[in-house]
Amino acid sequence: MKEIIILSFKSIWRNKVRSALTMIGIIIGVSAVIILISVGQGIQNYITGRFESLGANTVNVLPGKVTLDEGFTGSGPNFAGSKLTLKMAEDLQKIGGPINLVGAEADFSATVSYKGESKYTSIAGINVGYAKILNLEIEEGREISQTDIEASRKVAVIGKSIQEKLFGQSSAVGKQINIASEKFEVIGILSKIGSTGIGIDINNFVAIPITSAGKISGSDKIQVISIQAKSKDEIDETIELAKKYLRTKLKDDEFSILDQSSLLGTITQILGVLTLALGGIAAISIVVGGVGIMNIMLVSVTERTKEIGLRKAVGAKPSDILTQFLIEATTLSISGGILGILLGWSGSLALNQFFPTFVTVWSVALAFGVSAAIGIIFGVAPAIKASRLDPINALRYE
Amino acid sequence: MNNHVVTLKSINKQYVLGSDNISVLKNISLSIKKGEFVAIIGPSGSGKSTLMHIIGLLDRPTSGKVILEDEDVSLLSEKELAKLRNQYIGFVFQSFNLLPRTSAIDNVILPLIYSKVPKSQWHQKALKMLNLVGLSDRIHHKPSQMSGGQQQRVAIARALVNNPKIILADEPTGNLDSKSGNEIMDYFNKLNKEGNTIVLVTHEKDIAMQAKRIIEVKDGEIIRDTKTR
Repeated sequence: MKEIIILSFKSIWRNKVRSALTMIGIIIGVSAVIILISVGQGIQNYITGRFESLGANTVNVLPGKVTLDEGFTGSGPNFAGSKLTLKMAEDLQKIGGPINLVGAEADFSATVSYKGESKYTSIAGINVGYAKILNLEIEEGREISQTDIEASRKVAVIGKSIQEKLFGQSSAVGKQINIASEKFEVIGILSKIGSTGIGIDINNFVAIPITSAGKISGSDKIQVISIQAKSKDEIDETIELAKKYLRTKLKDDEFSILDQSSLLGTITQILGVLTLALGGIAAISIVVGGVGIMNIMLVSVTERTKEIGLRKAVGAKPSDILTQFLIEATTLSISGGILGILLGWSGSLALNQFFPTFVTVWSVALAFGVSAAIGIIFGVAPAIKASRLDPINALRYE
Repeated sequence: MNNHVVTLKSINKQYVLGSDNISVLKNISLSIKKGEFVAIIGPSGSGKSTLMHIIGLLDRPTSGKVILEDEDVSLLSEKELAKLRNQYIGFVFQSFNLLPRTSAIDNVILPLIYSKVPKSQWHQKALKMLNLVGLSDRIHHKPSQMSGGQQQRVAIARALVNNPKIILADEPTGNLDSKSGNEIMDYFNKLNKEGNTIVLVTHEKDIAMQAKRIIEVKDGEIIRDTKTR
């Protein structure tokens, strides 16, 4: 057996160029599978990571009927007709138990200006709980306090990019800025960070007390109530409590509780299908590579008819010949598979410079397994052909 | 145990060619004793090659029995026949049939790969055989680097390496010039003197004359079986 393996290797080595060309099909197929799956997985990891940085133990209460879990046909939140109030957020906070923090947010877009400089951006009216849920870090000055909110003070905490835009290098804390034509005092600057959280660009953040936001917009309605549970395990209980309370104030279609994890589940599922589809398309090229191997093995059997006849004459059993050719085919496909894995791996590392990729162990195992299987499947027919050659005819073959 | 290496009993061989049945061998019986040097001679198409293939267990008769020493091998499987070819028979072909791009020693080792001889002995055994045919200085030469006579000597070494009961040579001098041909015949004579059983198929009278027994085949039948010495 060991000898037959050595034989197969020798014969592959004797036809170096041909063997290399034959392997290219498998190499390309396997590396494509690995790269595409790593891209899909990378994006999936990226999105999951973003969600988790928002807090996997956070649920959001949104106005209106939100049916995201029904996929693309569901309806979104009804911000304009929101019936959520700051009072509800405060009541929820008082419930306690599994509820750790309750954040309230009221958004509007307005121009922020200081002297000649201005920027049109989204202004977030927040309460103390929301700042904590978002993990806002103050670099300079102080954050919005409970007193600021109760007194509807015209104070603002601004993101680093806003500061740079309006103030350049000079200090901003204590300066008066205009937000929607009202004067606000800058009380804090947020630390500069790479954007975290879906839809929230901390560096371009302007936060003011939620009560002040209500005064500017002329409405006491808020858009989002974020509830942070004490732990991931207490999310269900939190949702139940919140639902129970909100039902006393609102109709069922006036609010929705969105669990991050169920939303994340849906997105992960979609991306998973996408990744598989990409991998599947690439896998077709592995099959094409397998056909290439079969083709070259058939040529090889014909070419070596005389050799096969001789081996049989000197005592090779049909099974010896079968094994020899099967091992040749499998060696070609496995070597191609290994080279493809190396190429695909380095390719996805290179791509990682531009967007997230992640090579999964299962994709490598799958690619390797498929290439080995392809070698056997497509090697069987030529090997059987070789093993069945009649030694007399084979010896006479010119 | 008798001293017959091969015995053929009422061998018939027919081929179906289209709707015709062609009889290549007709009721052939013969036996070859240990130590004999037999030449099978006949014009082309006489059936001598088919006869040799049947003796060499490469082909099966349509009817009749092939007995190797005391064993009836007529009904054995492909696999068992391969094993017997490996242990009992050494082939020498007209066109040498060495593996191209493979060194002389590796060509001689070939039958050992399929035998039960432990790998540690392969090199030594092959070397001994190459030495016997006077090629110990060319063990790493490839067939393309050797003359026809040298290639045929490698083939003889290969036929001998498994210590076979019978050496079957099919027109071994057919592709050689007369000098190399004579050289090869000298080796066969020498091997026979050492006790090897040799069956040689040829259509050349002078080659056949060097054997001790000549079997003449014509139209699938043995027409004469004579001892020369």
